[in-house]
Amino acid sequence: MNCRAEVLEVSVEGRQVEEAALAVLHTVLLHRSTGKFHYKKEGTYSIGTVGTQDVDCDFIDFAYVRVSSEELDRALRKAVGEFKDALRSSGSDGMGQISLEFYQKKKSRWPFSDECIPWELWTIKVNVVNLATEQERQICREKVGEKLCEKIINIVEVMNRHEYLPKMPTQSEVDNVFDTSLKDVQPYLYKISYQITDSLGTSVTTTMRRLIKDTLAL
Amino acid sequence: MDTDLSSQDRKDLDKFIKFFALKTVQVIVQARLGEKICTRSSSSPTGSDWFNLAIKDIPEVTHEAKKALAGQLPAVGRSMCVEISLKTSEGDSMELEIWCLEMNEKCDKEIKVSYTVYNRLSLLLKSLLAITRVTPAYRLSRKQGHEYVILYRIYFGEVQLSGLGEGFQTVRVGTVGTPVGTITLSCAYRINLAFMSTRQFERTPPIMGIIIDHFVDRPYPSSSPMHPCNYRAGEDNGAVYPSVEDSQEVCTTSFSTSPPSQCVFTVTKAHFQTPPPVVTDTLKVPVMGLAFSHQLSSSRLSYQPAALGVGSADMGYPVIFAGGLNAAHPHQLIGPGKEGGVPPAPSQPAHGTQADQERMCTPLDGVHYSAATPSSSEDTETVSNSSEGKCGSPHDLLETIFIRKVGAFVNKPINQVTMANLDIPFAMFAPKNVELEDNDPMVNPPDSPEAESPLQGSLHSEGSSGSSTGNTHDDFVMIDFKPAFSKDDILPMDLGTFYREFQNPPQLSSLSIDIGAQSMAEDLDSLPEKLAVHEKNVKEFDAFVETLQ
Repeated sequence: MNCRAEVLEVSVEGRQVEEAALAVLHTVLLHRSTGKFHYKKEGTYSIGTVGTQDVDCDFIDFAYVRVSSEELDRALRKAVGEFKDALRSSGSDGMGQISLEFYQKKKSRWPFSDECIPWELWTIKVNVVNLATEQERQICREKVGEKLCEKIINIVEVMNRHEYLPKMPTQSEVDNVFDTSLKDVQPYLYKISYQITDSLGTSVTTTMRRLIKDTLAL
Repeated sequence: MDTDLSSQDRKDLDKFIKFFALKTVQVIVQARLGEKICTRSSSSPTGSDWFNLAIKDIPEVTHEAKKALAGQLPAVGRSMCVEISLKTSEGDSMELEIWCLEMNEKCDKEIKVSYTVYNRLSLLLKSLLAITRVTPAYRLSRKQGHEYVILYRIYFGEVQLSGLGEGFQTVRVGTVGTPVGTITLSCAYRINLAFMSTRQFERTPPIMGIIIDHFVDRPYPSSSPMHPCNYRAGEDNGAVYPSVEDSQEVCTTSFSTSPPSQCVFTVTKAHFQTPPPVVTDTLKVPVMGLAFSHQLSSSRLSYQPAALGVGSADMGYPVIFAGGLNAAHPHQLIGPGKEGGVPPAPSQPAHGTQADQERMCTPLDGVHYSAATPSSSEDTETVSNSSEGKCGSPHDLLETIFIRKVGAFVNKPINQVTMANLDIPFAMFAPKNVELEDNDPMVNPPDSPEAESPLQGSLHSEGSSGSSTGNTHDDFVMIDFKPAFSKDDILPMDLGTFYREFQNPPQLSSLSIDIGAQSMAEDLDSLPEKLAVHEKNVKEFDAFVETLQ
């Protein structure tokens, strides 16, 4: 199937990167998480309850709702933290993107490994700006808050198109569709990756790939 | 194709829609309570969590929603609407958002009710959770409190968007197709909050006539501050705004701003509520005074009567004392009123504790909403802002009070410190200029030309009864200090004079401009030397600090 891809762009200050990314990722995952499945006989299942909680941002005039799952929050924070560190340690450009991909696993026969087939991809392009005065920062707080409000509305709009979603799996297939490792909620299988764009405009990964290819070609 | 739903499916669908509507209302109202919501995820399903989402049910909200629905379901032409509005402490209100749950005719016959529709409704609720934090009203609701509160109203029928002002925006939360129609959830919200100040307040009762004014307030859920609809003043308001209980009578402005004033007014109000003997015994206030204050209380000058009621027995509230308001002459209402006449509207209790009907008769044109945006809810500024354009002198008085309130020992010449400003007990008896003795209302009732009618006198009192003070800017009457059991006509130095002279400590030399006549530059120049001296004594200072810890 085709993978649905959505791109969101934000321009933020360095200290706002984490919160902005978390806000978007949590909002997407709120819509892409269900309660834990409990399979019963005859192929029926019941679904647990998803709790929610409000999160206030410290560096942005913004608040969002996330799933009440500390495990999920930790996982996202870890990924976003790595992204932020990579952004910071990269060149002065401060551009990068972090992606949240939902995929399905397709079991393949040996010796081939399982395939991961993405069905939805959310990309957040982050542009880090440096501000000089406190007043600019204050304005930035509000502006980024407003921008994030627009992003949330965009996300909700996409979610409510009710486009492709994986079929509800049987008990044996549930791990191919959902991430069942969390104890309180069950998001669709997802992975988070990021790319930092260096000042030349090329991504670091592509540069590395080219280097390796060049080396091998020798 | 069988276009009819099975009866089971139909029943299920109706149930889903009904509970979806109830949960929608819960989500919206809870998002406007002003608090962060937190519910727990649970891996084991409980039968009561509709749509697999942990959304608490506030009983009153469910009750109101059910009443509004009255057994019906949203259908074509019959939408369920939740109106979110803001109401200031002065009684002005404004619609902020209308959330609409509508049904249209576009049917999706092939969709599975028990599975797909249910899951999509669950997704829509999640979207609603997200979107309710994104509209401007969310931030306003998080900051509600003293200056304003957020109210909700549920109605069923046609959507009324006229109250949102011009240029309102809409956001669609989402749609879910069902075999009987497509459910759409959307929000129309006001974007231009600046219009609040010039808004012509005209309300029409809702079609269904169901008016719910809930005191959507903190601290839910620990207590139950939600008030039943059709609130009437005098009913027990619970813990939230105790002073509002007696609201009808006094001091709607008591909540307008900063904590000091609020505290003062609240206590004053409490006193106001005490029976007349409190007043009459101490100051021999004619009962008429109290009656007069009642009369005034129906106007926007409401906190002046509060002052009356207190009398001089409670001098701890100098703000109220606004000089001369000793209860002996309640007519002598002093206030820098700029306008005459009493605004026609009855005073409204703060925070929308009245039923909506009473909202209709709230003032007034040109009333400013002081808490238009979070940034404008600064304490004193709010008062000042709100006083502009208001036709009520109370706010001017309030403003004056704030500006002029000084402590008992502030370095000001005594004749600039009015009774209102002295934050001391028995301020009534604090010294004033000797010249004012003749104008002591306790000794000589004011002549009628000074105050023709009580109200007129109060409203036009700029300098009238205050003229005797000789302070042009002072709007309060100086009361002669008449200590009990003393005679001040025999000896030059009597108890009164003694008290006056030695009441305040001498001026601090550093605060006196005359002494030393050091200029700022000289001060700055001498700083390095002072610093050097202090540095030498650093060890002593450190030792001193350690003794404090």
